[in-house]
Amino acid sequence: MELISQHAKRIMEGCKERARQAGLRFGDETLEYIVTNRDMVALGPKVMIPTLYDYWVQDVEVLREQGRYELYPNNPYETVINTRPPISYYNDNNPDWLNVMIFYHVIGHIDLFQNNLFFRHTWDYDFAGRALADKRLFAKLRSEKGRWVDYVIEFARTIDNLVGYFDLLAETDGGAKGGRPLSLLDYYFDIFLQRGPKPAVSLYAKEIERYNRMRREFPEDGELRFLKSVTEKHRELEALHAKKVQEKQQVGRTDPLRFLMEYSPFLNREENRWMLMILEVIRSTSLYFQPQIRTKILNEGWASYWHDTLFLGDDRIRGHEVDYAIVNAKVTSMPRVGLNPYALGMRLFQYLEQQADRGRTGLAYFQTHDRRKRQQFDRATGQGRDYIFHIRENYCDSMFVNQFIDQDFVDQHRLFVVGKRLNKERMTWQYYVRSRKAADYRQMVADSLYHPPRVEVRVDENNVLVLDHQFEGKPLLRDFISGVMLGLEYLWGGEVHLYTSVPIPVKANREDDGQVREETPKRIIEWKRFRYTMKDKTLARTLAE
Amino acid sequence: MKTLRQLAQELEARGLSAEQRRVIEYELALAERSGAADVHLPGPAPAARSLYSYVDPDLFAQGLPSPVASMVAAQSLDHLLQRDLQREQDGFPRKIRIGKLVKPGRDGDDKVVVIPTTVEEKLIHDSVPEDEEGEGQDPGEGGAGEGEEGEVIGEQPVREEQGGGSGSGQGQGGAHELESTVYDLGRVLTEQFALPNLRDKGKKRSLTRFAYDLTDKNRGFGQILDKKGTLRRVLQTNIALGRVQAGAPVDAGALMVSPNDRLYRILSREKDYESQAVVFFVRDYSGSMAGKPTELVVNQHVLIYAWLSYQYQNQVETRFILHDTEAREVENFQSYYQMQVAGGTQVASAYRLVNRIVAEEELTRDYSIYVFHGTDGDDWDTYGEETLPELEKMLVYASRIGITIAENGLEGSRRSEVEKYLTKSGLLEAKKELLRLDVMSKDSTEARVIEGIKRLIS
Repeated sequence: MELISQHAKRIMEGCKERARQAGLRFGDETLEYIVTNRDMVALGPKVMIPTLYDYWVQDVEVLREQGRYELYPNNPYETVINTRPPISYYNDNNPDWLNVMIFYHVIGHIDLFQNNLFFRHTWDYDFAGRALADKRLFAKLRSEKGRWVDYVIEFARTIDNLVGYFDLLAETDGGAKGGRPLSLLDYYFDIFLQRGPKPAVSLYAKEIERYNRMRREFPEDGELRFLKSVTEKHRELEALHAKKVQEKQQVGRTDPLRFLMEYSPFLNREENRWMLMILEVIRSTSLYFQPQIRTKILNEGWASYWHDTLFLGDDRIRGHEVDYAIVNAKVTSMPRVGLNPYALGMRLFQYLEQQADRGRTGLAYFQTHDRRKRQQFDRATGQGRDYIFHIRENYCDSMFVNQFIDQDFVDQHRLFVVGKRLNKERMTWQYYVRSRKAADYRQMVADSLYHPPRVEVRVDENNVLVLDHQFEGKPLLRDFISGVMLGLEYLWGGEVHLYTSVPIPVKANREDDGQVREETPKRIIEWKRFRYTMKDKTLARTLAE
Repeated sequence: MKTLRQLAQELEARGLSAEQRRVIEYELALAERSGAADVHLPGPAPAARSLYSYVDPDLFAQGLPSPVASMVAAQSLDHLLQRDLQREQDGFPRKIRIGKLVKPGRDGDDKVVVIPTTVEEKLIHDSVPEDEEGEGQDPGEGGAGEGEEGEVIGEQPVREEQGGGSGSGQGQGGAHELESTVYDLGRVLTEQFALPNLRDKGKKRSLTRFAYDLTDKNRGFGQILDKKGTLRRVLQTNIALGRVQAGAPVDAGALMVSPNDRLYRILSREKDYESQAVVFFVRDYSGSMAGKPTELVVNQHVLIYAWLSYQYQNQVETRFILHDTEAREVENFQSYYQMQVAGGTQVASAYRLVNRIVAEEELTRDYSIYVFHGTDGDDWDTYGEETLPELEKMLVYASRIGITIAENGLEGSRRSEVEKYLTKSGLLEAKKELLRLDVMSKDSTEARVIEGIKRLIS
């Protein structure tokens, strides 16, 4: 890998100046490298981080039959990486104008990396340097422990998508760890009354009412009286509350890696303590990548917005507008079918800038229900830029999408949700316009965002590690469960249980005699809770309820 | 579908046990529910492009090479497999997989296979299974442009040729960029998994191909001096000249060497003799094969194909036959691999087709013939009344018939019909050298599949 030529570097410094004038903020130093095919051999498997630790899976093609991006929550193969200084990669024979365009795009990314609050935990150190230290650590461990290092890496990586990223964000936010302590009263209303599959709303309302009445009647000790009556009625309440409080105090409740590091008897044995270092590296590496996958639309949209804005205003590359247009169209055009994050993100930023320029972001606008008035609403505040800078600082994909995709936006860009069905007569897959409603479009985008399962960890009696997969309408990929639990059993040093929900098709269309009814009824699924048990490297599955 | 129903009724008339009736009804139900005449879909629904698959280098046309190509093992395959073996000794299951991998040869070249692959298991969400229309809970995809709600904006033929896939039967696509020849896979299988070499490669047949080899001898000049031959000629000359006497010690220094005595090996054109094989891959694609059995069978067939390619130095012709109640030949591995299951089961139909092809094309004259059949063991022809005679015909010419039964687990652990009537017929014992049967459960692993191959071909 060699640095880009002085000539190109000079051009890029010019780009930085222009970007700064436009309001982008980023560190002074950047590194640009020319990469060749040979460099890519080394860089590709290491997700473009030149110093990432070595691991044998990087030498093997990884099967991508199941959601690649679910498995690897990072953006491999990007042009720029979030290090200090940021490093970006260029092809040897790019013409200057293309390098300028790419560099503006890169600056957009860098600006987002260094200002978006979801990246805050990556601001204080240089990941490339840290990765190098980790790589050396692994090399040293390998020379001492041999192949067992790779086993531990492998097992740790089986759960590296379940790191407590949001816990980390909450902590770096300066908030108290774990937030407010859970009082008995909170527990009673927020958890106890709402347990079970169908909590009775009437009961809840009645209790609230009773609580308020007591507060009114006995201003001094109304709450105490209420609690007394409640604990008398439900004798188990206090014990349950105490248990919950204790659970909440444990670290890593939704972060299996951290939980293991803290509580695994096996890992905390003197002779196994070296494994903790590996787990820590895997965990921090994963945490480093977390914000990237959660800001794909925002990040690419932001970068595209800026390369478009800055390139066309750059006086140095006049005469390449047509070349630029061709490449830009490829990057930022809305596909007829498909979801291009560059196109969607850029349009959303542009739309929001326009909206904010006319002051259409406040209460006054949203309270205007008259359609005509809404169309003509213009306060001419000129706050557009500020508004999108605010968004780039405080939003991630799911907030961005859920909050801002509205019907006006969908109509303006004629967006729709595409459905797909099999036409048996013509033997084709037909694509059709399923919906043009903003709500549906928003839902569709939200559904395609990265979302790892939420798994809560605790220890049961007999020192069994229990993973509790929170049901969100989706099953876990069954083929992978065995491999993951095998690794967990090793790292925990004992039996591991996993609770999860599994869809069971209800055989409504079959009668007892095996006859099939004429029409084909819609398939019905029933969700059942199952328990997977991993003990002595054998997996068993039983119905849990 | 009426014919299928009629067929079932005919069988019913002849009498069926409760269990058989259940299986038949199950397949009938599956077939009839789909409703269309041609129920075997040649592949899975096209997958949407993930929003995360849009990346800078692609879009900016920078021409950076794909990092995937760089995954070509930096460590050698042998090393990786060695490591995998070590895993097993350490008490963990093997991770490196070989053979999940197909890229059919266009225009007959058999560039097919990717080599070492693995998967990193993690807890991730799966999608809720869709129903047949592909409607399910599928959130849909994004789109932009004209069109009323409900309007069809485009279609994609189901029979589209796609790049290879990792799935089988009902698996999903996703082209593999890496290629290696089947031949290499065969070599790896033979060497690393200790698959046996073929004992009898069939009769040799001359081809209009030539190899250049240092086989001819030439006196006076050439590429490599044949020392032994030269010495022999020198001695002959000297004996003729009377310089070497019987009984007397030979003084090597005094021997005369004529230029003509020097014997060389010389590069020459040789007619290449090669053996040829034709392999019939027969797969049951009836309704009961759904899921795992199909995957197992297809995987095993890829591996067998690779192994034979190696054994026959690529001189292997393949024919692919699919059957439910009727058999049909498909053009390439792609279709063979991806055609989805439906319909009832009659093994005899497939064997009949194989016999017909062999007879019509007179394959027996020039080829060693192999037949590999994968099924879940269900057969509506419960006692093999039709199947067994066809099988016997086949045994006359085939070098090996390997039948794989991948249990579908539909009816517990009872033995399947095919297994039953094969055992009963005594053919497995009588023609042990020609006919092999391998029964595996539907939870079999890759290692078990390879173990099965050993059983079929050893």
